[in-house]
Parts: sequence; structure tokens; C-alpha cells
Amino acid sequence: MAGKGGYKGTEIKDVDQFITGDGLDSAREKEIGQHIGYRYDVNLLPDYERVTPFLKEYMERMGWDDLNWLEDVHMGYEEGRPAVFDRNINGWVTVPEDMELPDNQQDRDMLARELLIKFQMSTRHPLVQLNKAYRKF
Amino acid sequence: MESVMEQESRSHEMGLHTEQLRGRTQQVFFTPDEEANFVYPDAPDVDFNKRAEFDAAEMTSNEVNLKIRELMEQGHGTIVIKNPMARHSLGVGILNRLNLYFEGSLGYFGVGLIDGPNVRISGRVGWSCAENMMAGTVIIEKNAGSTFGAAIRGGDLVCKGHVGARTGIDMKGGTILVGGDTGAFSGFMMQRGRMVICGNASHNLGDSMYDGTIFVGGEVKSLGVDCVPGEMTELDKAWLTRKLKQYDLLPDKGVDHFSKYVAGKQLWNYDNLEPTEKKLIL
Repeated sequence: MAGKGGYKGTEIKDVDQFITGDGLDSAREKEIGQHIGYRYDVNLLPDYERVTPFLKEYMERMGWDDLNWLEDVHMGYEEGRPAVFDRNINGWVTVPEDMELPDNQQDRDMLARELLIKFQMSTRHPLVQLNKAYRKF
Repeated sequence: MESVMEQESRSHEMGLHTEQLRGRTQQVFFTPDEEANFVYPDAPDVDFNKRAEFDAAEMTSNEVNLKIRELMEQGHGTIVIKNPMARHSLGVGILNRLNLYFEGSLGYFGVGLIDGPNVRISGRVGWSCAENMMAGTVIIEKNAGSTFGAAIRGGDLVCKGHVGARTGIDMKGGTILVGGDTGAFSGFMMQRGRMVICGNASHNLGDSMYDGTIFVGGEVKSLGVDCVPGEMTELDKAWLTRKLKQYDLLPDKGVDHFSKYVAGKQLWNYDNLEPTEKKLIL
């Protein structure tokens, strides 16, 4: 069996941990010079008290009583910058540098959800261009 | 039809081959003032109040799926399909908001690869229902076969009855809710997302799971490799209550009796140095 022994990655203690630091926090990470694991808590459930008006409108438009697929969307941190993972392009999309981030992960996640909807449904999304270029029927 | 060469030439003209990607970061930034659009740009504009229904008894699976697309193009936001006759691969690949009702049962791979619709099935479903589902809701009133919600990435997949083995195998997101019991190896190789079993879970629950959360209201016969009990938080309870109430699955006694299971992270083996160390030891 692979990976015997305890989990040797970073424990997330601070909301800005992966913006201010390099992600090498545990002894093992320092030794190998590589971050182990995600840079955010993938299992964090949304706090529905913090849903934004934009997201409420989206849920209503889609006919959903909750955030649905957006429950799995979180604000992550890639190369020391806040970013959101877009499953449609299988890559990170970085948040504009001048955007002020809330001081807690729940509100950051709501912001990430808004940004991702706007990006995925935009005509600027890379899949729209790929569709135009490669669609066969 | 365009030749492959013409398509390649056009993709070069559009600059698709010149953009440099560094690592997995897409160098396209969000525009927060982007006009709000809640569906994909090429999705037909549908109205939930515009309803259509048809009888699928004499139709093939392909004909049924094409008919659904045709009705969406005409603006129908609510479609009722009578007599699906347990045919395979019905209602697949719908990437739009839509209310879709099946009056009857579906065969294998029903409503797979969907991204957005709200589906309700009054009967049963066969293997791999909602496989690779991306978003939306799917509600099955009776029982479901094995590999229910295989590789699901998002949305709510609900079976009010019992489900077979390997429920949520390789799930990468979303929520699977089971009103009854689930079979062996449920949550096998789960990577993220949430699974809620109101009844009992059979052997090897969460075997080789890398991440994600499993909630069980009944008994678990045995846990799989690296699936360990987790601590239930107040946020977990609030979320569970909300979600189960939403689908009329909330037990009279609430959610306090539910157990939570998570990955022990013993299988997280992303350490570049470890293989070299093992070679030195051996």
C-alpha cells in the first residue's frame, strides 16, 4: 500500500497562509521543497447565511434551492495568488490583483463562485473559442 | 463538412496555438464587470412555463434525445417524457437549464454528462445513472443500480430508494443522497464531494478515498482502506438538515444520529523525494 505513515502536509491555520507564505510549512515539505495537498479546504461546506444577491439570483434562475454545483467551488491559491479552479478548462483562473479579498474563507468562496459563473458563461471563455474552431457538427 | 486542415488553420488564426500556459494557471483574468449571464453562451433560451410532452414508447434512445434538443430550441423549459421503457442513455448531454420529467424507468447510463437540468424520474434507473454529471438535480423516486453517480463532478443526485454497489465511484464533486441502503464499495476512490446515506452501507465504504465526505444514518458493515471516522461539526449538521429537508428525506429524529467519514490521507503520495528514498533503503 502506498504512502504509509501519517499525513505530512500543511495544516491550514490562517486564511492568508498561501498568499503570504510559500506553502512549505510542515517539516516534510521543507525537507522536500514541495507543498503537499490542496491549498484550501476542499471539504468546507458553504455557510448559506453568506450567499450573495448575485448567487441568489443565479439559483432562482436555474430553479435550484441551493448552490448546487457551486458548493464545490472555493477560493484557492496558486503561485501565491488567489485563484479559482475552472473544471471546464482544467486550470486555475487568477483573481484580478486589484480586487480586495474578504477576511474569511466563506466570503472568499462566495466571491470565487460569482467570478467563476461570470467567467464560464462569458463569450470570452476559452471553450467558446475552441467550440468555434473545432466543432464538427 | 470542413476538412481537418481547414479547422487547424482557423484555430491558428484565432491565436489558439500562441497562448503560453505556465503550469496549470490560465493567463486569462476574470472581468468582474462582465455582463451577468447565467447559462452557457450557446444554450437555447428556454422558459420553465412553456411545457411539452411526448410518448417515447415507439422511439429509439437517439430519437428521444434529439427530440429533447429540438424542444429546447423551440424554447420549451419543461419537458415530460412518457413511457421511456427503461431504454439506455436517455436524457444525456443536456447543458442547459431545463425541467425534465420521465414517467417511467431508465436503463443504463441515464441522464449522464448533464450540466444544469432538473430531472425527476418516477421509476427506477439502471447502472451508472447521472455518470459524469456536472450540475443540476436528478431525483429518482424508486431504486437505482450499481455505480450510481459514477465520476460525478457536481450537482445533487438523489435516489429515494436503495442503490447498488460502488455508488459514487471516483466522484470528484457534487452530492449523492440515498434514502435507503447502499451496496459494497460505495465512495470507492472518491476524490471530493459529499455522499449522504440515510440507511445502511455495506462492506468497504469509502475504500481508497482521497478526499470528500460521507455521512451515514444507519450502520456501516466495514470501512475500506483509508476511510476513517470524522468529527461532525455544527456546519455539517446545518448543511445535512437543509439538504435532506430539500428532498423530503429528513428523518423525524433529525441528523444527530448520522456518522461522518473522511479520508485518512494515508494514500496521499505526492512526495517527489519518497520514491528515491525507498530505492536507497531497498
